[in-house]
Amino acid sequence: MGTAFRMGPAYFPTILGGLLFVIGTISVIRSFITGGDPIGRFAMWGLVLVTGSIFLFGSLVRGLGVALALPVLVVISAYASTKFRWGPTFIMAAGLTIFCVLVFLKGLGVPLPVLGPWLGG
Amino acid sequence: MDLIGHLWLGLQTSASLANLFYCFVGVFLGTAIGVLPGLGPTATIAMLLPVTFVLPPVTALIMLAGIYYGSQYGGSTTSILVNLPGEAASVVTTLDGYQMARKGRAGAALAASAIGSFFAGTVATLLIAAFGPPMANMALRFGPAEYFSLMVMGLAASIVLAQGSLLHAIGMVVLGLLLGLIGTDVTSGIQRYTFGIFELADGIGFVTVAMGMFGLGEIIRNLEDEEQRSAIVSKITSLWPTKEDWRRMTPSILRGTAIGSVLGILPGSGSILGSFAAYSIEKKLSRNSSQFGTGAIEGVAAPESANNAGAQTSFIPMLTLGIPSNPVSALMVGAMIIHGIQPGPSVISEQPALFWGVVVSMWIGNLMLIILNLPLIGMWVRVIMIPYQYLYPGILVFCAIGVFSLKNAQFDIYLMGLFGVLGYVFSKLGCEAAPMLLAFILGPLMEEYLRRAMLLSRGNPWVFLQRPISATLLVIAVLALCSVLIPSFSKTREEAFVEGVG
Repeated sequence: MGTAFRMGPAYFPTILGGLLFVIGTISVIRSFITGGDPIGRFAMWGLVLVTGSIFLFGSLVRGLGVALALPVLVVISAYASTKFRWGPTFIMAAGLTIFCVLVFLKGLGVPLPVLGPWLGG
Repeated sequence: MDLIGHLWLGLQTSASLANLFYCFVGVFLGTAIGVLPGLGPTATIAMLLPVTFVLPPVTALIMLAGIYYGSQYGGSTTSILVNLPGEAASVVTTLDGYQMARKGRAGAALAASAIGSFFAGTVATLLIAAFGPPMANMALRFGPAEYFSLMVMGLAASIVLAQGSLLHAIGMVVLGLLLGLIGTDVTSGIQRYTFGIFELADGIGFVTVAMGMFGLGEIIRNLEDEEQRSAIVSKITSLWPTKEDWRRMTPSILRGTAIGSVLGILPGSGSILGSFAAYSIEKKLSRNSSQFGTGAIEGVAAPESANNAGAQTSFIPMLTLGIPSNPVSALMVGAMIIHGIQPGPSVISEQPALFWGVVVSMWIGNLMLIILNLPLIGMWVRVIMIPYQYLYPGILVFCAIGVFSLKNAQFDIYLMGLFGVLGYVFSKLGCEAAPMLLAFILGPLMEEYLRRAMLLSRGNPWVFLQRPISATLLVIAVLALCSVLIPSFSKTREEAFVEGVG
């Protein structure tokens, strides 16, 4: 913690933490007293698919490589749209994959495999 | 060296073939993302930051700045043509711009916006050139207490300008400061909030936070209602304004530029406040105020000039003090640090070519933008029509690979996903993300300056009020926060935002 003169590593975080606690408490109490607009419907489907595709990409990309992990990301996330169609999505996935391999992996030297070790790449 | 000499140096730097090319790339991308709803400058700059690492620092900054002010141009195009603001700052342009387009005067509205923006951009460039060096000189005398108070003022301003509840905005700022402290404490070497996770020892990257909250969060929110984007593009006839148009829009452009320039310098605001203020002031001053809302050219010219002026003068605090005033300039501060340049008052004297090169490139960029936006308007109309379902998977791909390439860590991809969920939940709860990101950047700096100031004063907290500049800044911060509590002001604040949403 330390003193105000010689602040330790916990000094500033403790002040902030206390402040946030007070703000949070007031906020919760106030929400019971004053009415407000209800929170709108959560786009659960979009939330799950979009973040899910990102997490999946993160866990697959080193093993499978960009050439497979990236289309997985594109197809799953695109499925969240109500206007999803298979045909255009596949074309888009292929185009984006080729673009990213050329620009990011070959051009900018991002150290990711095109085909990962799980596929013997 | 005098002003002319400085500008000449800037011209030499920015007119090199490579810099001209990347300036063009910047303003082109900026216009594109401005035109495309659902993709803002913060997320775009965050995505492109890794790409700029291979460029020299001047070139990188020229391109990133171009994306920001370019997006202000593009945002107005969609406001006028399809009644959808591409950028938050061009929300007010929809009020009169779209009405003009419906009356078949889309060409005149686009021209008023482009000419106003170009004029404003030129004035703002000169302002940066004129006020940059004296401000940097003043800042060289700043001690830790002044810097701390300056950051407090910046955060206070961002709280006032945030949409929704004041309490929530303060909470977001405190949360941002706390998130910024994650990692190894520089003074003691002790790890804070890392929970033993090895990847957190270096702290969270601001690009990860920005991409998550502004990129991912925004995508999830856009997926809520996709039907909105089926608008009919109005036909564009003659682009050149009539004599009557010129007469009416000239004073509006002048006033808009002045308002935008002044408000842009304020920390925390950028271009949004300027465009709202310019529109409401123009409505009061104009002789044609009865026509506002039904297609008055003044209602397009004034806010468009103001948002472009503000977008550019918001670079003044960043370039001279090293203190970012909005998420975009925070990302640019990050870019400078990555390139080994410590942003601050010494940049002008130690890296004159960088400072003046960026300043002059803004004027060149504005010139490119007027060409990009008027004769080539047909191309942008087609870009507007790209359906969102083909757009967002691409954004996700760039975010995922971009965030990985920063530290070559899969952990950052997961973290970005987490911040995406957080960003979406916060937006549902009416908590704006911009103050949080600003506080996130300022967190470690603030702590550092607070510690130093207290060491120098031997633990006497009154030091912040005993030093005149520091005291003034703190008083401004308190006044700004109190002004929200005054009923008449808070009413105007709410009205401005309601007008913006509607």
